[in-house]
Amino acid sequence: MHIVVLLKAVPVVGNERLDAAHRTQRGSGLESNGNDEYVLEAALKLVEAHGGEITLLSVGPAAASEALRKALAMGATRAVHVADDAIAGSCALATMHILAAALGRLEYDLVFAGADSSDGQGGVVAAAVAAKLGLPYLSYASKIEPTADGSSVRVHRLSAHGYDVLEAPTPALVMGTQVLGEPRYPSLRGIMQARSKEMTTLTLADLGIDPATVGVAGASTKVLSAEQPPARGGATVIREAPESAVAQIVDFLAARRLI
Amino acid sequence: MSSLTDEQRALRDAVRELADDRIAPRAAQIDGDAEFPWDVVELLAQHDVLALPFPEAYGGLGGDLLPVCLAIEQISRVCATSGLILAVQELGSLPILVAGTHEQKTRWLPELASGKALAAFALTEAGAGSDASAIRTRADRAGQGDEADWRISGSKRFISHGNIAKYVAVFAQTDADSEAIRQHRHLTCFIVEQGSQGFATARLEHKMGIRGSPTAELTFDDVHIPDADRVGDVGEGWSIAMRTFNKSRPGIAAQAVGIAQGALEVAGRYAAERVQFGKPVGELQMVSAMLADMATQVEAARQLLYAACLEIDSGSRQAARWSAMCKLFAGDVAMAVTTDAVQVLGGYGYITEYPVERMMRDAKITQLYEGTQQIQRLIVARDVLAQGG
Repeated sequence: MHIVVLLKAVPVVGNERLDAAHRTQRGSGLESNGNDEYVLEAALKLVEAHGGEITLLSVGPAAASEALRKALAMGATRAVHVADDAIAGSCALATMHILAAALGRLEYDLVFAGADSSDGQGGVVAAAVAAKLGLPYLSYASKIEPTADGSSVRVHRLSAHGYDVLEAPTPALVMGTQVLGEPRYPSLRGIMQARSKEMTTLTLADLGIDPATVGVAGASTKVLSAEQPPARGGATVIREAPESAVAQIVDFLAARRLI
Repeated sequence: MSSLTDEQRALRDAVRELADDRIAPRAAQIDGDAEFPWDVVELLAQHDVLALPFPEAYGGLGGDLLPVCLAIEQISRVCATSGLILAVQELGSLPILVAGTHEQKTRWLPELASGKALAAFALTEAGAGSDASAIRTRADRAGQGDEADWRISGSKRFISHGNIAKYVAVFAQTDADSEAIRQHRHLTCFIVEQGSQGFATARLEHKMGIRGSPTAELTFDDVHIPDADRVGDVGEGWSIAMRTFNKSRPGIAAQAVGIAQGALEVAGRYAAERVQFGKPVGELQMVSAMLADMATQVEAARQLLYAACLEIDSGSRQAARWSAMCKLFAGDVAMAVTTDAVQVLGGYGYITEYPVERMMRDAKITQLYEGTQQIQRLIVARDVLAQGG
């Protein structure tokens, strides 16, 4: 079984900064998007159980390679990094085109993607890639089971009432959730092996994409302004022994008739 | 001083994440209960941390000193007892690494690298601490010839992990002649396996710090040891012990730097939050000056440690001096910085609600074991006199 995991390198959560054009700064200090690590973990477990390979696919700046290296250390087989200065500022649609073009050069039975990214939070790219490539799209997966012969995949899709069981022929694209299970820490052996794993860097020219159709110039949407959320009122932080802290919190809630 | 490689940074960060997430929440309990954290051994084994001191050919990750020290530092930053697990694994294995045959390495090292077995190092005796020439534990040939087996009798004290290690490197006197002692040819190193007939733990010590790490008194009552378990030549024991210390003392320096860094972080956060006289205490000049000095000392100790690791790994002829200097400086820094951290926290620093009192108790051992600070100064001073600087 060959699984491609779409992995976005994002600023460390809580350290996001916007540049003058209201775009997220992604020049350095990037890590793997948390939701993508959950689907990578699911892919690692499947490959451990059934055999196969995992290819990471990322579209992002040069600094994304560090996040890819860590994901390789977790156990992925190889990484493909689409990096090109012209990509900066791309909209979701352009990102989808780039990912779809890169996937066209890869072999896979399944493509995994996280629910959304911690910086952009659009949550549409995976579905758009599936639509573009004509792949079945199985979303909000809490469990992913390929059938024995690998010809189809069955997932549990979270729903308001529990879960639905979906099945689709492979190749298919699965968007997973955190219910799949906590991502592992990379082992030190994994970190040391990661340096010798294959990391391919592709440019837009390699993918046959016209730079004018992506990046800021080719963006279908434009960010006009970005505002910080209004500051919230001062929080009361209680740092005391449990008995005393509990008493104070109960008094606080009782005074506001919340309990 | 060159900076760390990308791979060394990745290793360090991975161990830090593991330590923060999985070991830090256990640290207060490990100290309070004074129970050895087998769960931490399992965690470190599972993530290959215990494989760091060993060559790849024997199931390890290479065996360079700097990665080992980066890991010990990061673990000790949150729990000195847990950091010592890796340091003692290295210490107990080093006699095999520096003097073992290929057959011995193949027999013992994979088990140690995987963390399935722990190692310990037994040199010190009740009457032989800094003065290793006073060792009285004896090993005698049990038969005739150069390949006859051995019988060991005597006792060892202050042996970290001595009761839980599967393999204990024991240094016993094989030549009582005063000339042999003067020339340091009186000791021989043996690997004694836990459970051997006549080998027992007499008691465990009650300690000020590193309370989760068991420190054992071991007794040897006519313990039978095959000659195949002798490490190095007969009479080479002293030399093996000294070569071991050249590589193991940086591990203790790393533990000291880690403890000091942990205390600095707690003091820094506290000083930024604790308000007295209408502002955070960190903005009071007397406190801020302490924080600045603490941070500077920790960084100086760290850089000396990293430099020592690179020098020793590159085969420096002054390995003994480098290892003594980094342990000396880092141990003193750990004691000073943790003491100051308690001072920054005031009364809160003296109680178990904050970890700095534990860190201060843990720091003290780094000035004592693997050679007291006085012995480190002796080593450095002798080299200064011999080299003329």
